[in-house]
Amino acid sequence: MLSFDDVVARYEPVIGLETHVELGTQTKMFCGCPTVFGAEPNTQVCPVCLGLPGSLPVTNKAAIEATVRIGLALNCSIASWCRFARKNYFYPDMPKNFQISQYDEPLCSDGYLDVEVDGELFRIGIERVHLEEDTGKSLHVGGATGRIHGATESLVDFNRAGIPLVEIVTKPVPGIGARAPEVAKAYVAELRDVIRTLGVSDVKMEQGSMRCDVNTSLNKLGETWGTRTETKNVNSLRSVERSVRSEMIRQGNILENGGHIIQETRHFHEDTGESTSGRSKETATDYRYFPEPDLVPLAPDATWVKELKAALPELPRVHRARLTAEWGLSALDMQSILNAGAVELIEQTVAQGASPEAARKWWLGELSRHANERGIELGDSGVTPSQVAQLQKLVDEGKLTDKLARQVLEGVLAGEGDPAEVMAARGIEVVSDTGALTVAVDEAIAANPDIAEKIRGGNQAAAGVLIGAVMKTTRGQADAKTVRELVLSRLSN
Amino acid sequence: MESLADRTAHELSGMLAAGEVSAVELTKDALGVIERTNKALNSFLTVSDVQAMSAAKAVDEARARGEKLGPMAGIPVAVKDVLVTKGVTTTAGSRILEGFVPPYDATAVQRLRQAGAIIVGKTNMDEFAMGSSNENSGFGAVHHPWDLSRVPGGSSGGSAAAVAAGQAVAALGTDTGGSIRLPAAFCGLVAIKPTYGRVSRYGLIAFASSLDQVGPMTRDVTDAATLLEAISGHDPADATSLEDPADFTTGLDRGIKGLRVGIVKELFTEGMEPEVAAAVRRGIDQLVSLGAQVEECSLPSFKYALAAYHVIAPAEASSNLARFDGVRYGLRSPDARDVTEMMMRSREEGFGDEVKRRIMVGTYALSAGYYDAYYDKAQRVRTVVIRELEAAYENFDVLVGPTAPCVAFKLGDRVNDPVAMYLADIATIPMSLAGIPAITVPIGLADGLPVGLQIFGPHFSEAQILRAAFALEQSAGFDSRPRRDFAHSAAPQAKPGQP
Amino acid sequence: MATISREEVAHLARLSRLAVTDEEIDMFAGQLDTILQAVARVGEVDVEDVPATSHNVDLVNVLRDDVIDACLDRDLALAGAPDPFSNRFRVPQILAEGE
Repeated sequence: MLSFDDVVARYEPVIGLETHVELGTQTKMFCGCPTVFGAEPNTQVCPVCLGLPGSLPVTNKAAIEATVRIGLALNCSIASWCRFARKNYFYPDMPKNFQISQYDEPLCSDGYLDVEVDGELFRIGIERVHLEEDTGKSLHVGGATGRIHGATESLVDFNRAGIPLVEIVTKPVPGIGARAPEVAKAYVAELRDVIRTLGVSDVKMEQGSMRCDVNTSLNKLGETWGTRTETKNVNSLRSVERSVRSEMIRQGNILENGGHIIQETRHFHEDTGESTSGRSKETATDYRYFPEPDLVPLAPDATWVKELKAALPELPRVHRARLTAEWGLSALDMQSILNAGAVELIEQTVAQGASPEAARKWWLGELSRHANERGIELGDSGVTPSQVAQLQKLVDEGKLTDKLARQVLEGVLAGEGDPAEVMAARGIEVVSDTGALTVAVDEAIAANPDIAEKIRGGNQAAAGVLIGAVMKTTRGQADAKTVRELVLSRLSN
Repeated sequence: MESLADRTAHELSGMLAAGEVSAVELTKDALGVIERTNKALNSFLTVSDVQAMSAAKAVDEARARGEKLGPMAGIPVAVKDVLVTKGVTTTAGSRILEGFVPPYDATAVQRLRQAGAIIVGKTNMDEFAMGSSNENSGFGAVHHPWDLSRVPGGSSGGSAAAVAAGQAVAALGTDTGGSIRLPAAFCGLVAIKPTYGRVSRYGLIAFASSLDQVGPMTRDVTDAATLLEAISGHDPADATSLEDPADFTTGLDRGIKGLRVGIVKELFTEGMEPEVAAAVRRGIDQLVSLGAQVEECSLPSFKYALAAYHVIAPAEASSNLARFDGVRYGLRSPDARDVTEMMMRSREEGFGDEVKRRIMVGTYALSAGYYDAYYDKAQRVRTVVIRELEAAYENFDVLVGPTAPCVAFKLGDRVNDPVAMYLADIATIPMSLAGIPAITVPIGLADGLPVGLQIFGPHFSEAQILRAAFALEQSAGFDSRPRRDFAHSAAPQAKPGQP
Repeated sequence: MATISREEVAHLARLSRLAVTDEEIDMFAGQLDTILQAVARVGEVDVEDVPATSHNVDLVNVLRDDVIDACLDRDLALAGAPDPFSNRFRVPQILAEGE
C-alpha cells in the first residue's frame, strides 16, 4: 500500500475545483421570494420557483451585479453579451426539471486567483464564473442514516429552489505535486475570503452557502493527464485538503497495481476522511442545453462594469500585505496567520483595542490549540475578537496575569460569558491588595525560616519556594513578580 | 332560439351603456346557450356560472353607481383552458392536469377581469396546444357548430366553437403555429395572433416559449381590436413582454387606399383545396377594389417554415412539459416503487399520443449529436424567414394569403397521419416563427364552410393589419352570426381524445 | 437521414420519462421516423453566415429589483400536491442521480 509520499514520488496530480456559492440577495434568482435561511418548509415559494404551469422567470438585478463583481475580483473578462441556458434533467427537487443556468456563454471567464502555500505562489486559473438557480432540498426518510441510500421515501422542501447560485470553475491545475492538497485548500480559503470581502455571500460551508466539488487525476511523471474523478460533499476547508490527499492515495494505489481509474463521482465522508463511489459516469449525462427562451440576453454595459471594477474593495491579498506592514510582521508570520484562518479575527481584535502582538498571541496560541483539538474552525471557537481584546486589556491593566487570563479564557470558551463575568463568577483576580499580599508573604516567611535565612544571606533563587507558597495561599491569583519583589524587600532589612 | 350573446361586443357595449340590457341578462343568455349546446359541441371543460353571474352583477352595480366602464365590461368571454385561472380548474386539455386548480391568474385573464369582462368558462383544446383539429384533447374532441361531424380546428377549437355557436361573445385563444388563426378560419371568425411580446405570457401554460401568444377570437374586427387592446401591454412578470402602446381601435375604418399589399405565392401550396384558393383570391380581389396596390411576391424560405417549426416547437415543448412529473401537482401514478418509475408512469398515463410524439421529437432534436443538424439548423432557417419578411416589408405594407389550405375537415380524417395534420398549419407557421402579427378574416365559403384570408404585417403593425381586415370585412359581408342549428345533430359520437 | 430505431425510441422515451409500452415503441418508431424525415428538410437550406434566432424580441437586460414579493400561502403551495406530508412534497424513494 503506497503512502502519500510514495504516490507523489511516482505520480503527478492535476486538480480542479468547482465551487458553488449561494448569493446573499434578498430574493431568489428569478422571482421575488425571500431567501431567509432556516424558514419553515415551503413557506418561501411562489408559482415561479415551484414550477407551476404558466409561470415565468425574471432575472434578479442584484444577482447579476454580484456575479460580475466576483468575476472582476477574480480577474475575469466580463461577457459583453450572453444568455442563460436550460440544463434539462429530471429530479424531484427540480421544480421545472430543468435548471436555468449558463452553458457556453458564461457571464465571466478566463481569470485567475493567486494563492500562497508556505511562501510559494500558485496562480490558479479561473475558467468561468456563471449564474444559475439552486434546487429544492430533500429529506430522505426511512433509511438508517438519513442519506439517500436506503431511504424509502423523500420529502421535498422548495424554499431553497431558485436561490441564486454562482458557479466558479477553475482551469485544471497541474504541476503542483505534493502540494496539491494544500493548494486546493488554500484556493478555497482564498476564494471564500474574496467573496466575503465583496459582501455578496456569507460563504458558510457548513450551512451550504459554499459548496465544493473537487476533481483529481493522477498521471505518471511526464505523461498525459489521467482519468479524473469528481468528489462531492466536501463541506469544510479541512475536507478539501483531505479529499485531495485521500483521492491521490487511492488512485495511486490502483494505478500502481496496474488498474484503471473509473471516471466517476465520489462522495466524501467527514468522519472517515475517505470517499466512496457514487454513480459511475461512463457516459456523461446529455443535458440537452439550449438558450433559455423565457429570458432575454444579458449585455452588461461596459461603463458600468468599469465602475464596478473601480469600486471593488481591497481584496484579501492586498489587504493582508497592508496588515503585514502595519503590524510589522514577516511574510511567514502572515502566512501562519492565514493558515490558521485568523486574519480577520486578529484584525477585529486589534480594532477592539488590543495590540497586534497580543491578538496574535491569543489567536495563534491558546485558541488555535483549542480549535485544533476539537477539529473546528478558529472562527467557530465560541469566543469573539471583542472578548479577546477585553481579556488582554485586563492583563494590561494588571488585573490578570497571563496564567490567570488563560483560566478566564477557558471560562469564556465554555460559554460562561465575557471575561469580566467569568472573573466574577469564578473569583479569579490578581491579588493586588499589597496589604493582604504582605500578610501572605510574612506567613510564608514565618513558615519557612531556613529558606528565609538563605535569602537574607543573598540566595535570591531560594525565593522561589516562598513565592510558591504565597501562590498556593492566594490560589494562584497573586502576580508572581510582585510577590517576588515583596519577599525580597521583606527580607532585605 | 335568440340570445343576447349572439350580438357583437361593440353592439352590446352600446346597449349596456344605454341601459337597454344588463350584464346579468346577457350573461344568463350566454350560460343558457352553453347549457343547451355544450353536450353536442364539447367546447367547454369548465363552466363558471356562479362566478360569471356574480361578476355580471358587480358590473351592473358599478354602472348603476355611475362608474365609467370600458368597452369589454359585462361582455361574456370564454377563456382557453391553457390560461391559468385562480381557483378555477385549468387542464390545458390534458389528463395530467385533471382537477388542477391554479393558485393564481394569468395576466391576460387579470386584464380581462379588470376590463369588466365576464369569464363564462374554460374551453376545450388540443392537449397542451399541440394540434390543429382539437381531436387531441384528453377530454374528447370539439365539434364544429356548423357541422358536428367536422373539426373546429385547433388547438383553440373550444374557444372557436364557443364564439361561433354563441356560447360566448368573444374568446381568448392562443397561437403557437396557427392555433388561434386556424380554428377561427374554420369557424368563420376573426382572430389575431399579435406581435410576439404584445400580450403577457405569464400564466399561459407553455408549449413553445419563443412562439406562444395569446389573442382574441371574435365575430368581427372591431371586437378583435377592442379585446386585443384590453389584454395587451407590458408585464413585469414576463421578461419577453414589450412596452409598445396598444391603440388598435383608432382609425379602424380609415380604409386601405394606396396600401401596398403583397400576395405570398408560397402560401398557395400544392395540396391546397382549389375551392379555398379560389375563395381567398376573390377576397384579395376585393382588396384591389378597396384601393390597395396588390402584387405577387415570393418568400421561398416559407417552404421550409413547417419543418423548422416542427423542430423548434417540440424542442421547447420537451423542456416546458418536463415539469409535469406528479411531484408537486397533477396526476401521479400510484404504486410506483421509486420516483423515476413514478414520473415515467404518471407521464405515460397523463399525456396523449401527440404530446408524447412531440416530446420525443423535441428531445431528439436537442440531443448531443443532433442539436446542430436539427435545433440549431432550424433556428437558422427561422432567421432566414425573418430576414425574408423584413426585406418584403421594405416593399409592402402588409402581406396576404390564405389562413388554411383547406376547410374544416371531418373528425377522424387526419388523426392517424401526424404529418397530414401538421400540414393544416402550413400557412400560419411562418408568421409565428417571425413573431409578426397576423389576422384572419372570414371572407367567404368553400363547399359551404368558412374560408379565412390572412393579413400579416411587420412587428407592431397590429393597427394597420386591423385596418385592412376591417375594410375587407365590410366589403366581404360575411355573415358571422352564431350557428347552432346543428344540421347534422345525429352526428357520430365524438371520438374521445385519450382513454 | 437514417431510420430511427426501436432502441433509439426506447432511449428517447426514458430520457423524457415516458413509460411507453412495447406496442407504443413500434407505433412511435414509425411515426417519429416520418416526422424526423420531414423536418430534416431544414438541412436543405443554405444557412452559412446566418445566426440562429433564440428570441423573438429585441430586448436585452430585462431585470427586476431585488425586492421581496408576496409568496404563496403554504396551504396553496401544497394544495395540488398528490402526496403532501409534514408540509413537504413526498415522493417515493430516489434511486438514481438526476439525469
